Amino acid sequence: MSDHEHHDPGFIRKYVFSVDHKVIGIQYTVTSLLFLLFGFGLMMIMRAQLAYPQGDFSFLERIFGEAGFVGGAMLPEFYNQLGAMHGTIMVFLGVVPLAVGGFGNYVMPLQIGAPDMAFPKLNMASYWVYLPGGLIMLSSFFVEGGAAQYGWTAYPPLANTQPEYLGQTLWLVGMVFLITSSLLGSVNFIVTIVQLRVKGLSFFRLPFFVWAQFITSFLLLLAFPPLEAAGVMQLMDRVAGTSFFMPDGLVIGGRPANVAGGGNPLLWQHLFWFLAHPEVYVLILPALGIVGEVIANNTRKPLWGYRSLVYSVIFLGFMSFIVWAHHMFMTGMGQTLSIFFQTTTMIISIPSVIILTALILSLWGGSIRFNVPMLFALSFLPMFGIGGLTGLPLGLAASDIQLHDTYYVIGHFHFVVAPGTLMALFAGIYYWYPKATGRMMNEMLGKLHWIGTLVFLNGVFIPMFVQGLAGVSRRLYDQTWYEHGKEVQNWTVASSWSAWLLGIAQIPFILNFFLSLRAGKKVGENPWHATTLEWAAPSPPPHGNFTSEPVVYRGPYEYSVPGDSEDYSPQFVQKA
Amino acid sequence: MSAPVIRYIDEPHPVTGVTNGKFGLWLFLASEVMLFGALFSSYILLRVGAKSWPDGWERLNVPLATANTVVLITSSVTMVMAWVGCKLNDLGKFRFYMGITVALSFVFLVIKTIEYKPKFEHYQVYFYDGATIPGYEELTTITGHLEEDDFEKDYIVFAPDKKQPSQTLPDAEGHGDHDHAEGDHDDHGHGHYADPIQINRYDIKRLTNFGPAHSNFYAIYFTMTGLHGLHVIGGIVVNLYFLLFGAGMFRSNIAQFSNRIECAGLYWHFVDLVWIFLFPSIYLL
Amino acid sequence: MGGHTVEEIKKEVRVYITVFVSLLVLSIATVLVSKLDVSMTVAVIIGMAIASLKGTLVACYFMHLISEKKAIYAVLIITVLFFAVLMALPLMDYQSNEAFTGRA
Repeated sequence: MSDHEHHDPGFIRKYVFSVDHKVIGIQYTVTSLLFLLFGFGLMMIMRAQLAYPQGDFSFLERIFGEAGFVGGAMLPEFYNQLGAMHGTIMVFLGVVPLAVGGFGNYVMPLQIGAPDMAFPKLNMASYWVYLPGGLIMLSSFFVEGGAAQYGWTAYPPLANTQPEYLGQTLWLVGMVFLITSSLLGSVNFIVTIVQLRVKGLSFFRLPFFVWAQFITSFLLLLAFPPLEAAGVMQLMDRVAGTSFFMPDGLVIGGRPANVAGGGNPLLWQHLFWFLAHPEVYVLILPALGIVGEVIANNTRKPLWGYRSLVYSVIFLGFMSFIVWAHHMFMTGMGQTLSIFFQTTTMIISIPSVIILTALILSLWGGSIRFNVPMLFALSFLPMFGIGGLTGLPLGLAASDIQLHDTYYVIGHFHFVVAPGTLMALFAGIYYWYPKATGRMMNEMLGKLHWIGTLVFLNGVFIPMFVQGLAGVSRRLYDQTWYEHGKEVQNWTVASSWSAWLLGIAQIPFILNFFLSLRAGKKVGENPWHATTLEWAAPSPPPHGNFTSEPVVYRGPYEYSVPGDSEDYSPQFVQKA
Repeated sequence: MSAPVIRYIDEPHPVTGVTNGKFGLWLFLASEVMLFGALFSSYILLRVGAKSWPDGWERLNVPLATANTVVLITSSVTMVMAWVGCKLNDLGKFRFYMGITVALSFVFLVIKTIEYKPKFEHYQVYFYDGATIPGYEELTTITGHLEEDDFEKDYIVFAPDKKQPSQTLPDAEGHGDHDHAEGDHDDHGHGHYADPIQINRYDIKRLTNFGPAHSNFYAIYFTMTGLHGLHVIGGIVVNLYFLLFGAGMFRSNIAQFSNRIECAGLYWHFVDLVWIFLFPSIYLL
Repeated sequence: MGGHTVEEIKKEVRVYITVFVSLLVLSIATVLVSKLDVSMTVAVIIGMAIASLKGTLVACYFMHLISEKKAIYAVLIITVLFFAVLMALPLMDYQSNEAFTGRA
């Protein structure tokens, strides 16, 4: 928007309560990166307790005071709060808002050639519901009894005990805010993708990233409401004293619980996992989308099997709704059900394998540019592969019985989400940073960040497989209480040191992120020589995005077309 | 280029044939279906798994709920008539019908309040095994009015209902006995109550009013009708906004205004639709 | 949607009134039927049948689903699919309990 013709909207309307999807995207990105850093910080404190269970943490006590420590020792309650809040923050306040709120908001409208989202004000509202939700969750650290301490899954009846403490109640209120925010966002995304594509951009000319966001939005739209219902019921249990999840004859702390009873704790698990399994794909699909973009761009050739990728993503979306009970094999589920969910779980691995295979095959015969986004995208592939493969034993009831609730599970899903999704999200940040700021990020610092992150992420999570196979339960405050835990304690120490070094490895990224705003090399519209529509807009794009409305002439990844003078044919350029 | 122009706000998309607003609203309703669906699903699960489940028509006030059904259905048809008013470009007609819609929504909430209130004022006491209450030796639980509940004293004063729920034969009571629906003592005098008695606190296993904490039946009842009530309040906010501040847009851009009224109507009909399923499944079955 | 001429709109209004009256009749019917002394299964079938009929009337005529665009139908079909999964949830619990307790 040219500010000469219109009066300046003012700082508040331009940067705080902005309706511009790009500003909202950046707000989401920065906020969620801060939440990620915070959640990572919580985990680094946990790792101290895990590595040195009888250690003296007086230095931490000086920071956190008596709420979490006594005489230099960490209180188990505090440890539990760290664990529960680490999971919640990373999933609901960090990765999803970054992948969907941040990247989706910023990139998706540009990639479909839209001037903005279909409902700009709704978009703003979505951010301004997300932020209070996050702050409500964080505020729970300061109430009596501390934050939620029943794990990110908040299983009742445990999570219903101690209703006099506000921690878990605030957690639930925060969740209702976050769910509302996702709903507003997903409605907006779907309408935008269906209605606002520019001329010529048919569904099968959409970049893979847009497809990923499209399916993700449907998952958010339809899977989150059941958790909202469950959240309302748990809130009622805590606040109004109902017994939705409180069974008959419940004894808490040696006394019969003063509730009506007759509820069903498994109901929570069903509703929770009805969301939380699709949520896994909410975490992973945008990451796959980003990796697809970066790989196509840096191999200078089309994505291998674009249509199979798209169909696989759609199929994944559908299947993700009927696999949830594989999280619940240990709940006394009947044979028939167990077999059903094992089968669907094995089926859902097929599209995942197709996607991964197509992405790897895309590398074949390409002239690969090993720039920073590509390095992150390339390392995503094996990391996601490890995460997926280690999931297979958990999807089969027989082996799940051994591995359920051990560190193996922690290792598995972290490999999907941390070395997996996070690597892809970093790739996305390095890839679209020039578009958002008009400047490149520093290549040297970027490579330093990449190698540190890759090595130490593996250092954190590979030991967990060893611990898990040795039978160490997750959520243990001190595993050396047990003989089998003592034997693998060395691995825990290694894992903890990797975590702290991983923290140090993020310093180049933080420096790079801020320094490049001023010192980065200035770039034009299309520094990566990419083909998709966001590169038709100026860097950074003005309010309204495109100087003139683009028209799409071809598919999204026409790189190295034989006979062309250049090795890329952008969607928006008409050629004879 | 000035502020971005977003297409298909007031004219439908050539391929999908719908405006952004309408498409978005249907997506929103899809998520609402999943929200209420999860609650219905939980209701079925809890009810099927329960050892016993009271009959809705005995515990709840069916005449009031029936009245509310009529109110809501009527408000739905006035809502669609308000939209017809827009289509006919007749501001008076729009205001007339929208006014009725909003008024009926308030009536719905008032009736709901009348329905809720006595349940919070009516109590049930459960005794420990072996506790003997003079005059009620046979019973392990009595219902009635809580006269005094002073935490300084080690007893409560309780005026039992003259008619106590049958405990030996759960189904002995006549069906459809609305006058003695347990939650519905509109009469605050002592007409329904026997003389107050003192009950020692150490005999009391559980003391609860007929609010959500009473049992899963009431929990479901209050949660589902309460959430539905919140949706009614949301509808009132939207409809009142169009009623009070809509005239400007009605005159300047009638096409977009009737699109908005259509969307508000879709939402309002959905609220009606939820009630259509809530009413029989909670009150009548 | 339609309804561009005054004549067409008047026709639509007649439809709305008819639907309104049917809804009222069905509401009274569902209350009266609930007083019949039938088994729970039959009562649930009758109650839900009437509710579904009322719901269909509201959705088709008040919400204009009878003549809606394909995009909206597509959204609804997807929703119905996932809604069906959600409604199968009590069944799962039933199956679990059976395995545990042998309850029929």
